[in-house]
Amino acid sequence: MSFFVDVLVGGLLSGVMYSLVALGFVLIYKTSGVLNFAQGAMVLFAALTFVSLTEHKLPFAVSLLVTLAIMVALGWLIERFVLKPLVNQSSITLFMATLGLSYVIEGAAQLLWGTEVHGLDLGIPDTPMQFGSVAISEFDLVAALIAATMVAALTLFFRTTRTGLAFRAVADDQLAAIAVGLRLSHVWAIAWALAGVVALVAGLLWGARLGVQFSLSTVVLKALPVLVLGGFDSIAGAIVGGLLIGAIEKSAEVYIGPFVGGGTEGWIAYVVALGFLLVRPAGLFGQRELVRA
Amino acid sequence: MRFWLVAALLAVALLVVPRVGNTYLFDAILTPFLALSLAGVGLNLLTGYAGQISVGSAAFMAIGAFAAYNFNLRVPHLPLLASFALAGLTAAAVGIVFGLPSLRLKGFYLLVSTLAAQYFVQWALTNFHWFANDDPSGVITAPQLAVAGIDFSSSAGRYVLSLAVVATLTFVALRLVHSQTGRNWMAVRDKDLAAAVIGVPIFRSKLLAFAISSFYCGVAGVLWAFAYLRTVESDGFTLDLSFRILFIIIIGGLASVRGAFFGAAFIVVLPLLLSRIGASFFGTTDSGIAELVEMILIGVLIIAFLIAEPAGLVSLWDRGRRRLARLLSFVPAPQS
Repeated sequence: MSFFVDVLVGGLLSGVMYSLVALGFVLIYKTSGVLNFAQGAMVLFAALTFVSLTEHKLPFAVSLLVTLAIMVALGWLIERFVLKPLVNQSSITLFMATLGLSYVIEGAAQLLWGTEVHGLDLGIPDTPMQFGSVAISEFDLVAALIAATMVAALTLFFRTTRTGLAFRAVADDQLAAIAVGLRLSHVWAIAWALAGVVALVAGLLWGARLGVQFSLSTVVLKALPVLVLGGFDSIAGAIVGGLLIGAIEKSAEVYIGPFVGGGTEGWIAYVVALGFLLVRPAGLFGQRELVRA
Repeated sequence: MRFWLVAALLAVALLVVPRVGNTYLFDAILTPFLALSLAGVGLNLLTGYAGQISVGSAAFMAIGAFAAYNFNLRVPHLPLLASFALAGLTAAAVGIVFGLPSLRLKGFYLLVSTLAAQYFVQWALTNFHWFANDDPSGVITAPQLAVAGIDFSSSAGRYVLSLAVVATLTFVALRLVHSQTGRNWMAVRDKDLAAAVIGVPIFRSKLLAFAISSFYCGVAGVLWAFAYLRTVESDGFTLDLSFRILFIIIIGGLASVRGAFFGAAFIVVLPLLLSRIGASFFGTTDSGIAELVEMILIGVLIIAFLIAEPAGLVSLWDRGRRRLARLLSFVPAPQS
């Protein structure tokens, strides 16, 4: 039993990391209906930029601020040069554009900062702490705490600020939002900038875990099943979906893996998400009921 | 007129090129170009014509390659082309399974289904050693290529074999998109509700699109493995290849059979061109940098094409020809 709890907790904690990436997706999707495939590339770009700055002997705080500024600028540039010209196009077209964008960002990040693997030390010890019979790494706890804080902050932002209100209006009905005088391009630019900030946080935590390298950008692919499970437009869903996927992945690898030769972590999330889609296409917390084909 | 132009082009490609080309031209350019073109045609049937997006093309190529290998290995005296066809059918069958969710899902929710195909297939092919005939390395040498006693194993031979297969299947695809099936696909793509109202069988059309598209990808996979890579391994069919095939049809032109060829030519030639440019202008042969520049360029081009020329290179080509025709006024304008 305690082994099962161990596996479950381990899965939940890695799920937190998935949620962090999924959050960036949800931000963009909620406000502009775009499935931003470049989110993973943005995670890589943010982490690489930060690491390279600290390696150039910049203090931690300065590097963080500079990276933050760069990510915000990047978000604005994307809105200006990719999304704006594609307004009113089908969601498939927009998706393909972000796929192209991910190639640009990945290529640029590595051309700029090199392709070697960087170590990233955030100063959070990765030592296990004993809770009853379960051992949890301090790093994982901090990551979970950061994720929780971000979700709380984002929820507050959406509920209480004027900009958040504008976000919700745009998400609800773009035409009506324009009619009452909201500027779509402003809202989108802010959303992309925010997604850049989320990417930075995810990039730092993932980077500290795995090392900052190209494979960071593939975490985007892990976030897709999370989104399907949680619903593309739900912040809470991103968290719950991430936790579920993490837990399912770990338990499947432990309990089913040995019978099929292991390596189930690569696909089990997709198959679960696929099965789930067939039963409930809008996800656990998704708003829009999907049109039946 | 158009027919004779294509016929002449084919005759040159089939009769003249094998005599004058060198190994580099066949192995590095023409054979991969043909295999990718066929995969592009397959994906274009599904994405361009039927409107169902897929990022799992490489998975179906892998299924085709492994199926052809196994049919060849386990069925004695099976003609090579029969194993190609069986490989295509196997890929089609799997394609139907992963296409089933399309009956309920639309747009990029389908991405998850095709991504599932991509990951699951690659995992299954690596993990179950039966597929690779228990070969410890997991990298199998492709079988000898011989049709009706004629050996096609040389560089030129593999090119000719690929060309024959691709030309035949492309001809079928061209007929198909102008048939009732093709019109049904476009109706489903443009407005499924309206299509249903005028009596288009939506479910059947979608599944058929998945099946036929997977068939094409499957055969393309056989060519990719047997004629180009000359090994059969699941590492030859990564997600990146799937993306590249998607890029081929975006750059070449969605919903255009010709577009797949334009796009494939572009995707094959671009990296070679870039490394040449890098070598002659900057004196660097750093393949890493060339690769990154290629990534950025492809990404920029994808976005540029989506914004400025959604119909792809094909439409540029046609417009160029029309303009030229107006200038020269005796060249007949292409029918659009």
